[in-house]
Amino acid sequence: MFSGILSSDSQMIVFERNVSDLFFSSVPAKAMDEISTLPMVSHADPVLFGIVSSADHPIITCFGVTAADARIRNAIWIQGDRGDFGKQPDDVVLGERAAEFLSAKPGDMVPIGHGKFHVIGILKTANGFEDGGVFMPLGAAQTFFHKEGTSSVITVKLRDRSDTDAFKAQVKARFPSLVALEDSEFTRSYSQFKILKATAWAVGGCGLVLGGLGVANTMIMSVFTRIREIAILRVNGFSNVQIATMIFGESAVVAMMGAVFGLLTGTFLLIVLKQVPALHGYVDTSVDPLVMLVVILLALGTGVVGALYPAAYAMRIRAVEALRFE
Amino acid sequence: MNPLMQEDTERRVILRAADLWKSYDGGTVTVLKGVDIGCFEGRTVALCGPSGCGKSTLLHLFGGLDVPDWGKVWVNGVEVDRHRNLLQLLRHEVGYVFQLHNLIPDLTLAENCLIPTVAAGTDHRTAMARLKELADRTGLAHRLNHRIQKLSGGERQRTAICRALMNRPKILLADEPTGSLDEQSSNVVFDLLLELVATEGTTLLMATHDRNLAARCDRLVEMHDGKIVEHAYVR
Repeated sequence: MFSGILSSDSQMIVFERNVSDLFFSSVPAKAMDEISTLPMVSHADPVLFGIVSSADHPIITCFGVTAADARIRNAIWIQGDRGDFGKQPDDVVLGERAAEFLSAKPGDMVPIGHGKFHVIGILKTANGFEDGGVFMPLGAAQTFFHKEGTSSVITVKLRDRSDTDAFKAQVKARFPSLVALEDSEFTRSYSQFKILKATAWAVGGCGLVLGGLGVANTMIMSVFTRIREIAILRVNGFSNVQIATMIFGESAVVAMMGAVFGLLTGTFLLIVLKQVPALHGYVDTSVDPLVMLVVILLALGTGVVGALYPAAYAMRIRAVEALRFE
Repeated sequence: MNPLMQEDTERRVILRAADLWKSYDGGTVTVLKGVDIGCFEGRTVALCGPSGCGKSTLLHLFGGLDVPDWGKVWVNGVEVDRHRNLLQLLRHEVGYVFQLHNLIPDLTLAENCLIPTVAAGTDHRTAMARLKELADRTGLAHRLNHRIQKLSGGERQRTAICRALMNRPKILLADEPTGSLDEQSSNVVFDLLLELVATEGTTLLMATHDRNLAARCDRLVEMHDGKIVEHAYVR
């Protein structure tokens, strides 16, 4: 969920030590003030995370940010003027997908949680999670979520990246309850990411094993039902290599068809999931071409592995015995 | 060497078996019991005898599809044993025709006939030219793109003969090639078979129950209970 949180122009993230989720992190304003004045810091942006719900949309993620925040500065503003952000406490900017599922445009008043806010713009960021959220002025968000004087995290850009360790040491010395991590460290150590990655690997592994068994089953059934055909090929001079190549080729075609069907079905399901109100803002329907390539290569690999036993079985078929029976 | 061969001294012995023994089911069923036989190049030889006397087994041993328990087999002057290149034997020296044609039903007539050329790596143009030649001679040219299910029994067996001859084998091993056909179709297919092997110079060794067909071969070999009991020159 927070994997792209630093994508906006920061290298480090400061948050409360030992929290299970960044939503529960509380960084005092005093820390923000001191960190932003550290000599190695180029700029620091406090971000407050909050989640609210409404009748139609059980989960709406809110980001309390300042007008100087890189998310606001560097985002693509589809509608509205970035110079207007933060001028009025009840002004909000919607992420592209949030605007879509809230059916809102600049000038509208949208109900968010127990309040109503004035939409002044729609933006698109590099982070799908942010695209499904609502951006509020930090002060308004602190009031709205009853977290006056605090933020959830501080994202920090250093003047020189080699000061990373010095910066961590400064944070540790001055604020023992806080922790500063680099973006890559954060991604590796954040418990939600670990759980998500472990789950993804487990599901992916199970899928791979099941896919392999499926291909193996399909191919072994194909070989069993075509024992006579394979015997005919052998009588007509087909070698073991030619028979095996045929089986592996068929298996690769089956696997490729499975991969294409899976990609199409997966993309369709993503589009369906995107329509589910509870998941608005959390589902990104774009599929990375690299992921597609990996899926296809994995499918091919699965097809080859799944065809090992059927091919070995086909190579052992003795024509004289196979042709003896109808 | 079999005494009957001595009368054909101008021809080369292309198939020969000496003291062949073969049993199944762990030795409980002995099918061949010391068979000695030789066939001259370009001759047509009929193997006759009751079911289970070992005719098909003998054909399988000549084609390298099975191995004898004892004894030796020579094809085209080279012994068929585990050192022999069996693929070379099956691709270029021996063609098979079975009683139940053994064609692949999902393929077309042409595709079935091209199987041996695919196995042998023959270039497509050469293979197609040979297919056209054989299809013309067997009257199947108009059926090349038809699936096997659409063909009559006679057409299927003619297709099987075409396929067996695609790589111009020196020897054609036919196991009851007309056994599944009615009398009229049987005669048509057998006429064609004799004509083809004669023009191609192919040696035909054919297992059959049909005495009338056997009588049209150059030589008749009678088998009984795994042994050769009689040789006769028909012509």
